[in-house]
Amino acid sequence: MVERALVPYARLAWAWCRALAQYPVSLVLLTLAQLGATGVELLALLFVFGHVDALAGFTLHEALLVYGLTGTAFWLADLLMGSVERLGEHIRTGSFDTMLVRPVSPLVQLATDEFSPRRLGKNVPSAVALATALGALDIDWTPGRAAMLVVLVVSGTAICCALWVLGACVQFFVTEARELANALTYGGSALSEYPLAIYGHGVARAATFLVPLAFISYQPALYLLDRPDPLGMWPHLRYASPVVAVLLCALAAAAWRTGLRHYRSTGS
Amino acid sequence: MTSVPLTTPVIDARGLGRDFTRVSGPLLRRRRERVNAVHDVTFSVAPGEIIGYLGPNGAGKSTTMKMLTGILSPSHGRVRVCGLEPSRQRTLLAGRIGVVFGQRTTLWWDLPLRDSLALTRHLYRVPAADHAARLAELTELLELGPFLATPVRQLSLGQRMRGDLTAALLHAPELLVLDEPTIGLDVVSKSAIREFLLRLNTEQGTTILLTTHDLGDVERLCRRVVVIDHGSLAFDGDLARLRATAPTPRTLVVDLAGPADPIEVAGARTVRVEGPRQWLELSANPAEVIAAVAGAHSVADLTLREPDIEDVVARLYSSGRAAAGAPRREDPVSG
Repeated sequence: MVERALVPYARLAWAWCRALAQYPVSLVLLTLAQLGATGVELLALLFVFGHVDALAGFTLHEALLVYGLTGTAFWLADLLMGSVERLGEHIRTGSFDTMLVRPVSPLVQLATDEFSPRRLGKNVPSAVALATALGALDIDWTPGRAAMLVVLVVSGTAICCALWVLGACVQFFVTEARELANALTYGGSALSEYPLAIYGHGVARAATFLVPLAFISYQPALYLLDRPDPLGMWPHLRYASPVVAVLLCALAAAAWRTGLRHYRSTGS
Repeated sequence: MTSVPLTTPVIDARGLGRDFTRVSGPLLRRRRERVNAVHDVTFSVAPGEIIGYLGPNGAGKSTTMKMLTGILSPSHGRVRVCGLEPSRQRTLLAGRIGVVFGQRTTLWWDLPLRDSLALTRHLYRVPAADHAARLAELTELLELGPFLATPVRQLSLGQRMRGDLTAALLHAPELLVLDEPTIGLDVVSKSAIREFLLRLNTEQGTTILLTTHDLGDVERLCRRVVVIDHGSLAFDGDLARLRATAPTPRTLVVDLAGPADPIEVAGARTVRVEGPRQWLELSANPAEVIAAVAGAHSVADLTLREPDIEDVVARLYSSGRAAAGAPRREDPVSG
């Protein structure tokens, strides 16, 4: 795993970073542009709280915690795996074939294609929101809870990575399905930027059991805040994020292998 | 890694076939039909051979290439490349073959060529000392020196192709698979690439399989050619025998000062007339025919056109049908 996936990943990602470093001004400007794009979403949240004191029982800082957890996980996953959404394009142009004749996993090659540190710009607003929320909220910081914060962020990131890969796998079957994949990834992240409680039971259940978005930020936030779920869902769900992450990653890996087998038996 | 005795063929395809399902018609009344892209292809390539895999567009060349490199799984028959089953052992095979697609690069667009090649070393896990020695050798042979520090996007097509060849050869593959390696190149670059491939083959014994539309590539490089047409093997044998089976004359295109009757000179036959332009099929030395035409007519321009693969294959096919009644094959088909 380390030698076959992580080392080539790091090599390829680093090569792209070096290529981008040839245009430092462009890199800085684009990073700022990305920062602006996600910053607007944060402003929208703050604007809402300019008019109300709480959303479905969540105060400004509690909502910022949810926003910060989602943004951190989703944009880290976007940095690491976001490029897989261009699978359909690579299949159409034939560059996916060139990936298949190299002795490195095509998923690693696809994920690192045009790897860009400028995407870190998207992480800035959510990092600020997360830091602000963690500083302002009265959280009972035991060593276990502090360690759990790291585990939850890693799990959330893994869930988002799995969603990116699942979205890409659809393109093995329908190469023009990028927008469909985006509905899952970008749509899912936009949904889980707010506490799920504001959408009511139907949406919250779908986002828990159908597409497990609830485990990116909502359930982890309930755990950190040590408060009951206003929707009254099973209280132990808040510990489930790491398990959901492992299961979803396994599902994504299986989907990738199935898609690859399908590709190699049809060609395009 | 499996060890392969020298007598084992580098490529061994037996009854290789590939079907595609074509879906057509409106959504509710979809019709699915099986299309046979490659049918019952049998050939084998011994270590150290250079094989031209030829055929018109859509004949099944790419499909075969994809099955040999593991990009596509075959529907029928079996194939072994370097003793491995490409579709099941694709990653392992990738470390033992080099693949160059003439129309797309495997180099990183924004990286200097040197960095692209260094990255390739890591992907193929070539030890640093081997890489350095091999790169020095290839740099000299392909004259990469002047543009090693240039980003790939700034390279000319010929330079880029030399870079791509280097990338495909740094891990010292046993087999080099080339898909249209000289497409779009100027005469000098084409010649440089051909001479390099010949040296690679004679000095290092690298087996080479190439597809091309350029008869010049075939004449300079391939003693043996395999022709595929409509998905089936149409010819497998010496280039000389292909020529004898399907003699394909060169064409002289003559632009006269004005429209005229078909030109009549010794050693040529006028096959087409369009206003002032006439097409002559040559059967004698072009210089003599040109002299004769220029002596008898007022000529504005002359072009000598080499036959391309399509012409040869078209001839092969019509003569094969008329004479032998069936495509010729040297290797017996088994399985």
